[in-house]
Amino acid sequence: MTDFFQDAPLRVAGREFASRLLVGTGKYRDFDETGEAIAASGAEVVTFAVRRTNLGQDAAAPNLLDVISPERYTLLPNTAGCYTAQDAVRTCRLARELLDGHNLVKLEVLGDDATLYPNVVETLAAAETLVEDGFDVMVYTSDDPIVARELERIGCCAVMPLGSLIGSGHGIQNPYNLRLIIEQAGVPVLVDAGIGTASEAAQAMELGCDGVLMNSAIAHARQPVLMASAMKQAVQAGREAFLAGRMPRRQGADPSSPLAGRINA
Amino acid sequence: MQIQLNGEARTLEAEASVAQLVESLGLAGRRIAVEVNEEIVPRSAHGETRLSDGDRVEIVHAIGGG
Repeated sequence: MTDFFQDAPLRVAGREFASRLLVGTGKYRDFDETGEAIAASGAEVVTFAVRRTNLGQDAAAPNLLDVISPERYTLLPNTAGCYTAQDAVRTCRLARELLDGHNLVKLEVLGDDATLYPNVVETLAAAETLVEDGFDVMVYTSDDPIVARELERIGCCAVMPLGSLIGSGHGIQNPYNLRLIIEQAGVPVLVDAGIGTASEAAQAMELGCDGVLMNSAIAHARQPVLMASAMKQAVQAGREAFLAGRMPRRQGADPSSPLAGRINA
Repeated sequence: MQIQLNGEARTLEAEASVAQLVESLGLAGRRIAVEVNEEIVPRSAHGETRLSDGDRVEIVHAIGGG
C-alpha cells in the first residue's frame, strides 16, 4: 500500500496476506514467464492444478513447484476439471499428499464444458466432506447469495463467486449480487473468474471484495508481466478507494472552486 | 500381474511395492502423489505398500492452472 496507510492483512483460515491479488499458473508460454508474471503481480497465494504425471517424461524436466516453491508462496491447489463432488474430494486429498499435509484448497466443481459454471449441488456436497476432513476450503461458486451463505455455514474459509464465466474476460456481470454476498458474509469474499482488465479488478475491490483471484487476464494479455503489474496496482487502488469511501453521486454539477470573490461578481 | 496406471494397462514383471514402481518410472524424489484404488498412499508408506493384480494406480503432479 502507500507509505502513509497500512491496510489490514487479508485473513484466510488463520493465514495472513498483505496482497489481495491471488493468481493462477495456467496458460503461460513457459515457466519463466509464469515466474516473472507471478513475481510482478505481488501475489502471495498461487493456484495450480493436479494432473496425472506424464509417464516416461524426462526426469530432469522442470516442475511447476520449482517455479512457485512452497517456501516462497502459499500454494492453493484447485479441483479444476472436476465435475463431481467425489472427484473433487479425491483431487484435494492428492494435493494434500503432494504438498506434505498442506490443507488449503480451492474447491471448484464444474457443471459443463461450455460454461464451466459451478455445479453448486456437487460443490456443496464436496465442501461438506472436505471441511469434515480438515481442509481449509476456498470455494468457487456462482454469484447466488443463498448458495454463498450455505457454503459459509458449511465452514468454507472463503467464498469466491464468479464475476463472469471462467476465462471469458467479461468482468463483473452482476455487481448487485456481489454486494449482497459481501454484505452478509462473515468470511472473505473474493471474485474468482471473469476479470479481464485492471479496471475490472479495481471494480471488484471497490465493491468491497476482500480479494481477487485471476489467471487468464494476466496470462492471456499481450504482455503478461506488465499486466500482472497493472493488476497489482488495480487491486491496491480499488481497495484504497473502497476504504476511503467514494463521494456521493449528485444530479447536477457542483463547482470545485468557490463562487465568492470572482472578479466579475 | 497387470495394473491400471494413470488409466492405462501396464504389466509388472514381478510383485512390486509402490516405491519400486515409482523408482522404475524415474519418479523417485519427484514431487508426486500416489493413489491406489482411490486411497492415498502416503509417501512414508510407499515402501511397505505392495501392489496387487488389478490395482488402479494414479500418480499425479502439479501443473499450471487457475
